[in-house]
Amino acid sequence: MNQAAESLMEYQDRDGAEMLRVSDLHAFYGESHILHGVDFNVKRGELVTLLGRNGAGRSTTLKAIMNMVGRRTGSIMINGNETLDMKPHRIPRLGIGYCPEERGIFASLDVEENLLLPPTVRSGGMSIDEIYEMFPNLYERRRSPGTRLSGGEQQMLAMARILRTGARLLLLDEITEGLAPVIVQALGQVLVKLKERGMTIVLVEQNFRFAAPLADRHFVMDHGLIVEEISAAELPSKREHLHTLLGV
Amino acid sequence: MTMIFGVPAAVFLGQLLLGLINGAFYALLSLGLAVIFGLLKIVNFAHGAMYMLGAFATLLGMRYLGINYWAALLLAPLVVGLFGMLLERFMLRRIAHLDHLYGLLLTFGLALIFEGSLVNFFGVSGARYPTPELLQGGFQLGFMFLPKYRAFVLAAAIVVCVFTWFMIERTRLGAYLRAGTENPALMQAFGVNVPLLITLTYGFGVALAAFAGVLAAPLYPVSPNMGSNLLIVVFAVVVIGGMGSILGAVITGLAMGLIEGLTKVYYPEAANTVIFLVMILVLLLRPAGLFGKEA
Repeated sequence: MNQAAESLMEYQDRDGAEMLRVSDLHAFYGESHILHGVDFNVKRGELVTLLGRNGAGRSTTLKAIMNMVGRRTGSIMINGNETLDMKPHRIPRLGIGYCPEERGIFASLDVEENLLLPPTVRSGGMSIDEIYEMFPNLYERRRSPGTRLSGGEQQMLAMARILRTGARLLLLDEITEGLAPVIVQALGQVLVKLKERGMTIVLVEQNFRFAAPLADRHFVMDHGLIVEEISAAELPSKREHLHTLLGV
Repeated sequence: MTMIFGVPAAVFLGQLLLGLINGAFYALLSLGLAVIFGLLKIVNFAHGAMYMLGAFATLLGMRYLGINYWAALLLAPLVVGLFGMLLERFMLRRIAHLDHLYGLLLTFGLALIFEGSLVNFFGVSGARYPTPELLQGGFQLGFMFLPKYRAFVLAAAIVVCVFTWFMIERTRLGAYLRAGTENPALMQAFGVNVPLLITLTYGFGVALAAFAGVLAAPLYPVSPNMGSNLLIVVFAVVVIGGMGSILGAVITGLAMGLIEGLTKVYYPEAANTVIFLVMILVLLLRPAGLFGKEA
């Protein structure tokens, strides 16, 4: 990379710069049209949520950003790069870590192999010691096959392994799903720590009570569209409205 | 004379060794099949043809380019492996999204084309390839005579199998391979170039077959049909061991060679069928294979 491009990257890396801009994103699985023009942006260091009912298109939005769905149209700018025509394996190298809803722990790899698996995409990732410090359970179980862990430990592992890679933008899909309250709480603390480290986070979440105190902004999705944007400051006054939108 | 279970020791051990040598070929070939099946999920029917091409590359390399056996041991797998990568890149990849049965049919067709073309030029009788000078003769072990070349084949096959096992089970590239086998889409989302990994894997599996072909050249007549004859047995070995298990492929390969050898001693009439009998038993009692995971 030449120096001009590098300094440009650094410039865009600063707080407040735009990390992710999704414009008029349409996505298709075969014949079915799932996303109908999604628009939102995330600034560097922000934590935003994608809220909505099942089937609203939240997980598909994350997958579309990673180029894991079928056809896509529109625009996805990551750190100033248009990624719509990029091959799937190039996108994470822009500094993105993706944690899928099904966690994707590899059964044929032990915990430490799972942890070391994702290639480094940028410098400045957490060291394995820092990760074990953040997730002590994983250290104790580092030689167990990945899928022998409890649901909570598997979720920790799925999160932990993308922290090693140096990713600065994390796309986290339903990380609290099906987990005990204690573990959900622990995950909340992890997210706070990651935010302090300057990570940008997009959180797809069903558990609004978990997401509310963490997020800077909330995007509500319905039928493959963003229908509402609510900032943390507006949240108290819009809580009733939001509950109607989410049907809770 | 010493007798083992009513058979002269020399005969018994001789057949055991012969069985072990055959087993080494089964192991190398089923290992390559298992590696390919793991990531590509296709049953590579061209595997026998690749083994045959390895032997032919050795034979023709010596005849026309003066390449000796030792160089061929390295070059033939490389050349055939590269050829395999081209096949994967330009043919198999195009149909990778279809049912894996199509991959099987395509590789079967390719195998027939390679064999048929070579029959046209070289006939079916087969050519001899000389045993390399360094490995001529043998060791008199007292109870039997061990030809040097056969000992070498056995050792080389075991070294390559252990190397492959180590690469897949103990290295980072191997971890990519195992993980890519389980969830290729997620591996891409981590930034791993899975299509490239697939091409390299196919090339490696094919190179293993070609390596076996080089080892075979001084032992068996080099003929266009040498692969298809062997492949049927190797498929039975793979079914017995269980698809996709690396260690299973190696152990089953050697074990089936031994069982075949022993059958030759005690009931020669069944020597050609014993592996298929075992296969049917395994299919009935443990369909996923001895080392396979139950689906």
